[in-house]
Amino acid sequence: MAGSNPNAKPMNLTLKVWRQPNRQAQGKIVDYQVKDISPDMSFLEMLDVLNEDLLRGGQDPVAFDHDCREGICGSCDLFINGRSHGPEKGTTTCQLHMRKFSDGDTITIEPWRASSFPVNKDLSVDRSAFDRIIQAGGYVSVNTGGAPDGNEIPIPKEISDRAFEAATCIGCGACVAACKNASAMLFVSAKVSQLALLPQGQVERKTRVENMVAQMDKEGFGACTNIGSCAAECPVGISLENIAILNREFLAAKASSNNLA
Amino acid sequence: MQLDSKIPEGPLAEKWEKHKFNVKLVNPANKRKYDVIVVGTGLAGGAAAASLAELGYNVKAFTYHDSPRRAHSIAAQGGINAAKNYQNDGDSVFRLFYDTIKGGDYRAREANVYRLAQVSVNIIDQCVAQGVPFAREYGGLLANRSFGGAQVSRTFYARGQTGQQLLLGAYSALSRQIAYGKVKMYTRSEMLDVVVIDGQARGIVTRNLITGEIETHSAHAVVLATGGYGNVFYLSTNAMYCNVTAAWRAHKKGAYFANPCFTQIHPTCIPVSGDYQSKLTLMSESLRNDGRVWVPKTVEMAERVRKGEIKPQDIAEDDRDYFLERKYPAFGNLVPRDVASRNAKMMCDEGRGVGSTGLAVYLDFSEIIKRTGADAVSQKYGNLFAMYEKITDEDPYKQPMRIYPAVHYTMGGLWVDYNLQTTVPGLYATGECNFSDHGANRLGASALMQGLADGYFVIPYTIGDYLAQTPPKPVSTDHPAFAEAKAGVQARTEQLLSIKGNRTPDDFHKILGHIMWEYCGMARTAEGLTHAKAEIQKLKKDFWSDVKVVGSGEEMNQALEKAGRVADFIELGELMVDDALNRNESCGGHFREEYQTPEGEALRDDENYAYVAAWEYQGENQPEKLNKEELTFENVKLTQRSYK
Repeated sequence: MAGSNPNAKPMNLTLKVWRQPNRQAQGKIVDYQVKDISPDMSFLEMLDVLNEDLLRGGQDPVAFDHDCREGICGSCDLFINGRSHGPEKGTTTCQLHMRKFSDGDTITIEPWRASSFPVNKDLSVDRSAFDRIIQAGGYVSVNTGGAPDGNEIPIPKEISDRAFEAATCIGCGACVAACKNASAMLFVSAKVSQLALLPQGQVERKTRVENMVAQMDKEGFGACTNIGSCAAECPVGISLENIAILNREFLAAKASSNNLA
Repeated sequence: MQLDSKIPEGPLAEKWEKHKFNVKLVNPANKRKYDVIVVGTGLAGGAAAASLAELGYNVKAFTYHDSPRRAHSIAAQGGINAAKNYQNDGDSVFRLFYDTIKGGDYRAREANVYRLAQVSVNIIDQCVAQGVPFAREYGGLLANRSFGGAQVSRTFYARGQTGQQLLLGAYSALSRQIAYGKVKMYTRSEMLDVVVIDGQARGIVTRNLITGEIETHSAHAVVLATGGYGNVFYLSTNAMYCNVTAAWRAHKKGAYFANPCFTQIHPTCIPVSGDYQSKLTLMSESLRNDGRVWVPKTVEMAERVRKGEIKPQDIAEDDRDYFLERKYPAFGNLVPRDVASRNAKMMCDEGRGVGSTGLAVYLDFSEIIKRTGADAVSQKYGNLFAMYEKITDEDPYKQPMRIYPAVHYTMGGLWVDYNLQTTVPGLYATGECNFSDHGANRLGASALMQGLADGYFVIPYTIGDYLAQTPPKPVSTDHPAFAEAKAGVQARTEQLLSIKGNRTPDDFHKILGHIMWEYCGMARTAEGLTHAKAEIQKLKKDFWSDVKVVGSGEEMNQALEKAGRVADFIELGELMVDDALNRNESCGGHFREEYQTPEGEALRDDENYAYVAAWEYQGENQPEKLNKEELTFENVKLTQRSYK
């Protein structure tokens, strides 16, 4: 019952899925067959079909993270055929549709692979390291109440637009998974850039970048070697330029800092 | 119990100021002796948790997500209203109040809505200070756009991602308090019960979604910010995890549930394409500014379109029925959400729907493309057109979009008084999970406003009033009430696992969704609702004897989570039907076919139904008791809405 294309042929696929009962257990790839997959299904709807089949057969469904299925919450995090969020550029897994695959395909589905993102179960990983990096300084320290009128802080449109571009990061972790070093630089740089560009972020500009980078290192993310796979695989198009801004901000902060390491 | 809305005395415009002065305060040194639990970390919960921690309370915040940045507030596209009058176009606090009351078809409480309009201006200031990158004019000042249901331009926005930017603002404030140690954050924790001791909320029971451990947490007060229940319909624009469980558990512990049948159906969503469909995607309301809605004039022609024999762009102008323009010449395609939705349904019911399922109408941009060029259209709607093409594989520049209404928001929710306290002392409800501000229909760009108003600017004042009257001695989870609540949760989990039936939680959820959509959706009748009630009761019985969940409770088990949520949705569904059956009038999103004007519009009955229906739980399988809060309107005149 395809909606847009009544002639679209259903597909049969082989899935190679990473199964791991919990964080401590050893994982392995398990093969599954799925039949009559409509090309109009989203990738996660295809996994729903697999899971309903597994559950009906008394087997444990595959655990995976997802929620909004609109590409904005950042929950979904599948490594499909060796790529973060699969083959379509600028797309989260939940917005990837099966028409990008062909009948008879074999699809390998793994969780994000990075030691800073330990596996919870199957395809679900723990990305709390990202939260701890934000907690280290990814904010402007203002309490509720007492803020000046919104128009008392004029911001050039161009600056505001650039800050917005950086602020659209959905925190999914695709950048880390795509990077051979499992570096979190693109994620960290997006927040540092947003707040370094805006007047509201100036007061804490130096301490922010130092603290966030320190936390990033503490979490065990790898170093950046300027390959750029992070930006190439980012589903919302966070620019590599942000990493350049981060490096400049970090150097400037260190150069003028009282706590030179 | 007599419902007391605790609306302060005095003129409308002075109520909140006076109330803020009259509430009792907790002195700064004592605040650290109080623990507050906040459940949910969307706009309302994130803002509340951060603001309460800033004041000095010890906050424990809970979310079932892996991070407090993922709540469904993040998906809101359009914007947030505020009565700033930056555009010099005649906006004011009173006008925002008036538009919201009228848009809600006169079923909201005046005092709450006025306060909402008052604090709306503070929200914008707060968010700007946090570094939220709102859209700007070239002069550097904040930009606005207009939205449905208003004649002024008062909507602040960050492209099509306003919800995301506002939520990340609240998340940053929350993160700062987590770093300070003032908020203890519990992620992947689902609330499964409220603990009530001597009539007061004293804590919650949660399940750790990774380990399966059932935990108890104590506090001096509990704030729910757990969102809406639109997923009772199975298909909606809500995120997959959105559910009613926290609110429903609270309801069963004594919190009244108000106006459950008030649900909003959004007219412009991408239609269902198959049985496998898991959720629906909204196409922004702004598209109706330039798109024209139509269906083929005859059933025969519609049939040929459905079979793929002819394409919509080949249908001659004379063979098209632009039904909104025909029926509502004054407002045309820009009639309010409820009217647009109902008319699309009527066309499909007549057999003139399009798409292979026949459950869609066209939203056509060919005229504006011809008039202004594809580039101009792309600048305005480019990202929406791209999203549409990604999902449907159809190019809206070349052929009209197919759209159909979908459940989007729930105006009903836990009953709260002016202080946002439920009927359980010490238990508060904020954001979409309460019923308070939108009446029978919510205006666009008002959900974000309400969530942040409740979280940043209302609850920090009103909860202090309660805590100041509560002794600051620590609340211990050793009290037998905690053990009892925990045992109840464990027993329910065991029960779900022990049934070992043949049908999955999703099977039941789909059937429930179908019943709700058919009989308690866009149009309702006494006969249909009566039928639905019997169907739901049967479904409940089937569920508890035939649901299948594998694995154990001591591990990450997403089917088990789902089963618990579906069980609560089934019970809520029955209450929604009862509520719709009780309300013998049509208002806003609640359209009872028996009650319409000769022109087919919603016909209110202010004489008999200008009240909030607050339902009181009476025990397992017992009919709920209806309590009424009469609504009095002293500042607006009740009128029949007309868009002709």
